[in-house]
Amino acid sequence: MQNRNFRLWFVAALVYAFLYIPLVIVVAYSFNDSRLNTEWVGFTLFWYEALFNNKEMLTAARNSLIIAVSASICATVLGTMAGLAIHRYKLKVLPILVFTPVAMPEILLGVSLLLFFLQVLHLTLGMVSIIIAHTTFCIGFVAIIVRARLQGMDWSVFEAARDLGASPWQSFRLVTLPLIMPAVVAGALMSFTLSIDDFVITFFTKGVGEPILPIQIYTMIKVAVTPEINAISTLLMLLTLVMVIIATKLDSGMLRGEARR
Amino acid sequence: MTKGGTKGDRIAKWLVSGPPLLFLLVFFVVPSLIMIVTSFRFPGEFGGLAPLVVPAGEVGGEYGLTLEAYQFFLSDSLYAEIFLKSFGVAAATTLICLIMAYPLALLIASSEKRFRNLMVLLVVLPFASNFLIRIYAWMIILGPESVLSHFINTILGVFGIAPITLLFSSFAVLVGMVYVHLPFMVLPLYINLEKHDPALLDAAQDLGASGWQRFWRVTWPLSLPGVFAGSALVFIPALGMFAVPEILGGTGDILIGNLIKDQFLGTRDWPFGSTLSIMLMLAVLSIAGLATWFARQSGGMKYAE
Repeated sequence: MQNRNFRLWFVAALVYAFLYIPLVIVVAYSFNDSRLNTEWVGFTLFWYEALFNNKEMLTAARNSLIIAVSASICATVLGTMAGLAIHRYKLKVLPILVFTPVAMPEILLGVSLLLFFLQVLHLTLGMVSIIIAHTTFCIGFVAIIVRARLQGMDWSVFEAARDLGASPWQSFRLVTLPLIMPAVVAGALMSFTLSIDDFVITFFTKGVGEPILPIQIYTMIKVAVTPEINAISTLLMLLTLVMVIIATKLDSGMLRGEARR
Repeated sequence: MTKGGTKGDRIAKWLVSGPPLLFLLVFFVVPSLIMIVTSFRFPGEFGGLAPLVVPAGEVGGEYGLTLEAYQFFLSDSLYAEIFLKSFGVAAATTLICLIMAYPLALLIASSEKRFRNLMVLLVVLPFASNFLIRIYAWMIILGPESVLSHFINTILGVFGIAPITLLFSSFAVLVGMVYVHLPFMVLPLYINLEKHDPALLDAAQDLGASGWQRFWRVTWPLSLPGVFAGSALVFIPALGMFAVPEILGGTGDILIGNLIKDQFLGTRDWPFGSTLSIMLMLAVLSIAGLATWFARQSGGMKYAE
């Protein structure tokens, strides 16, 4: 038994190393005093300075923030409703519509929305189209988190509120919402990170106007690799890390999703 | 949960489910239908689409609906080959992820309760960093001047083998694919393995089963629903991936995703791009259906809960 556990630990350590070494390298080279990501020369903050003087990058970051905040607000409201409805009522169509965009390859959502925006809405692609696209796939994630939270709770609490004469709205505002609040906030944070990180769907719905962060990073990777990418990557990782920590503090069941019953 | 209920309940039901339903009907169902219609249309002269009806005063030209894009797909075996190759890459990615994720999930599930959440979090955390950054990291590691490349080529040099390039190859694509999808495999496996009753393993041991037998006859069959769930979660996104081959692959490493992307943002043949997307969708649906079926078949052995 001891022996087996040791072997498991060994393999697991390798997998954890596989997961983390690449990210550590990215972060380390962001402080490296060399244009090339090949060997350690010396410590510098030059790449961060370059980043903060890069007008286009700053605009892109601002745009991405606007998109992420708007999309996560829309997705949180709609996703919470969807999560509640799916848990409370026997619905046939809504669960399919909510969970399919989460499960299918992103490129399909990107392509179909591109065709829709251009052919039907005659919309100039830009911030609005990206916000709509991000909302579409974030709804499912919020709904999953909210529903998992509801599944862990005793439904009689809500019935009791109704029996005591609360209107549906009152019982929602005074009983349901406070109880699911951690899941709602966790869903909002998750939508925010999904939106700010999304590349594929943004790539298809972006248009040619405003610079957007993931697209900017993609162009830099494809055209000219400089450690500026490492610097922006490090900052983004930091941002996501903070978000994830807050989200898990709020709802420890989130990670385990539907396993919670 | 409730039966029909009062009028107020019914109104509440529509108030809660109506908005998300409407939003997804407009921005998910309608776009999907449009994609299907687009696949039956003619491409426009300068990209985009030819009009559905003949514009006034014009004679000839291609208008209306057609099967042309589908015929084009079937006419060149190149496209079937790219589909097959994408299936191969997705299958290899799934298998490698399974081999790497299983021991890890097993370890997490058999660890003390208080460590489990942290160990799971450590798997998910890198996944929360930007998707492009995770691919970019491998660009650095596999680059021609990287420590790893130097190391491998020095060893190869000892044996008199010509140096190899790691980046922009099928190998790099596979590494990137595994890296990007690994957490999708660990989570469902862990969720399944965590529910196993340790008493079963003790019983098997009492009955004289060796360590390997205990795994192969008890743990593995019980974990099959998790294996199928994880495999579907890795295989499906891997099948539609275009960013990994785009950044880490060479010119010969084109997958379905790249082909689709080119039709919309490169050559601008929308009908053909839609046709390819529908083929991909059909493939995904059949894989998802198959995984559900297998999971249900093996679900008979499920005892947890």
